[in-house]
Amino acid sequence: MSAAARHRKEWWATFVMRAIALSTMAIVVMILGDIFLKGEKVLTWGFLTLAPVEGMTQGGIFPAIFGTLCVTLLMIMMALPLGVFAAIYMVEYAGRGRLARIIRAAVNNLAGVPSIVFGLFGLGFFVLFVGRGLDRIKGEGLLFGQPAMLWASATLAVLVLPVVIVSAGEALIAVPRSYREAAFALGATRWQVVRRVVLPQAWSGILTGAILSVSRGAGETAPILFTGAAFYLPRLPIAHMTIPLLGLQIPMVNPLDQFMELSYHVFVMATQSHDTTLTRPIQYGTAFVLVSLTFILNISAILLRRKLSRNERRA
Amino acid sequence: MSEAVAPPKVSIRDLNFFYGATQALRGISLDVQEHKVTAVIGPSGCGKSTLIKTINRIAEIAGNVRIEGEVRLDGQSVLDKSVDVVDLRRRVGMVFQKPNPFPKSIYDNVTFGPRLHGVNKRSVLDEIAERALGQAALWKEVKDRLHQSAMELSGGQQQRLCIARVLAVDPEVILMDEPCSALDPSATARIEETIEDLSSDYTIVIVTHNMQQAARVSDSTAFLLEGKLVEFDETEKIFTNPSVPTTEEYITGRFG
Repeated sequence: MSAAARHRKEWWATFVMRAIALSTMAIVVMILGDIFLKGEKVLTWGFLTLAPVEGMTQGGIFPAIFGTLCVTLLMIMMALPLGVFAAIYMVEYAGRGRLARIIRAAVNNLAGVPSIVFGLFGLGFFVLFVGRGLDRIKGEGLLFGQPAMLWASATLAVLVLPVVIVSAGEALIAVPRSYREAAFALGATRWQVVRRVVLPQAWSGILTGAILSVSRGAGETAPILFTGAAFYLPRLPIAHMTIPLLGLQIPMVNPLDQFMELSYHVFVMATQSHDTTLTRPIQYGTAFVLVSLTFILNISAILLRRKLSRNERRA
Repeated sequence: MSEAVAPPKVSIRDLNFFYGATQALRGISLDVQEHKVTAVIGPSGCGKSTLIKTINRIAEIAGNVRIEGEVRLDGQSVLDKSVDVVDLRRRVGMVFQKPNPFPKSIYDNVTFGPRLHGVNKRSVLDEIAERALGQAALWKEVKDRLHQSAMELSGGQQQRLCIARVLAVDPEVILMDEPCSALDPSATARIEETIEDLSSDYTIVIVTHNMQQAARVSDSTAFLLEGKLVEFDETEKIFTNPSVPTTEEYITGRFG
């Protein structure tokens, strides 16, 4: 092949690959632009702070924003400790043994399960098995055995567990071996090495993974479909707790209540509303809020990682 | 050895060491005398690091290793399954090839070991820090910035901090795995001075690929080649009149 022909081929190869790479960016811009333009006119302060009215054809989406924040917060509170301990076991204890390989394969398979399957699992396991089981033990009628924020969060936690485990595992592996050796040589037990040397170094990576899994979980619809999300709820999932002795009443999120959620709200507005054309701007506005929320989370993950890793180098 | 009248601090007998299927040590036997400096020399990959890492059983954290033979500390078996490695490693400290202070303050580094072993009283930790840093000839340089990060120290200072970190747990034996290989000549000289000062109170085993260093700091020297102990004798004898021709070829620089 002549030199000129080789150069031509090189030019074409670069051109094609660059075009493909850029087109992925174009897709993001198009989706964002589309939902922003179509939802723009409903995006007001009231849209973010008010509840839906008139059979959800008007008003805001505050309950859905509130529900999304609560359910994902509860989710990460469950997924983070489980995921971090699983990652610690796999990286620091199991090493490269047979058991570690089996666990790793299980985690990868878990990551590949379609989210609707998690939804059905959540209904079958958390709501019907665990929830009804608790009710039967208490014997005071239906309390746990129905769709609720608690079970939706638990289902989402199982869904994002692989993300947490993999990112926490990577953060642990990134801690230099020489630190572990130094600690072992000073007579540290394995747990002391993890607790005093490895974890302090790995936190930034672990937290980044946690935030990314929150943004993943926040956008999921299928897992919460049968496990706690409500079509419409005339109230926020809040209960008043009485503080003993003081007699004070403080409002608390009630994890046994149902909740409204952004992605599910988009879904019901688009498919179940009695006038889907009328609610179209609300659907787009809600989608825009949801996407913005995940974007903010992703960006804060990046910023957090950068800040913490700078601190670590200085520490 | 001619002057071996006192019982050895560390005694190694017929030691075989395998990483998976690869044999790193082949039938090593040698005695380390108390309060002396023993040097282990030999070309890269001869097993000298593995040999000293067997004494504090740090070699096995890599996993998939098999050890045969005997290592005794004060006559007590070290390799036995029932041995508490945490206690063993407190008694047998180690300084690594590359300075590896934790990314914490100087103070937190030097008090890391005592804290592991349950010392939490501030005044006691302060005393230990001053004593250990003093022994490692670092106290004067860092006493006004104990709470600054150890990462800001120079390479030589970091390595002396690592020595202080080991001294803080009051070991009986200190293993040093090429402690100067990452340092410049003047930093190396200061570490060697420190080793000399320490040798009156501690038993030191130092791995080095620098033969002048072995000649300068050690009382006896072991020469390893391909996992076998070629010769072990007083340092002076090894460097002036070795009994094995291979030793002479190595120390005169004909290979390795």
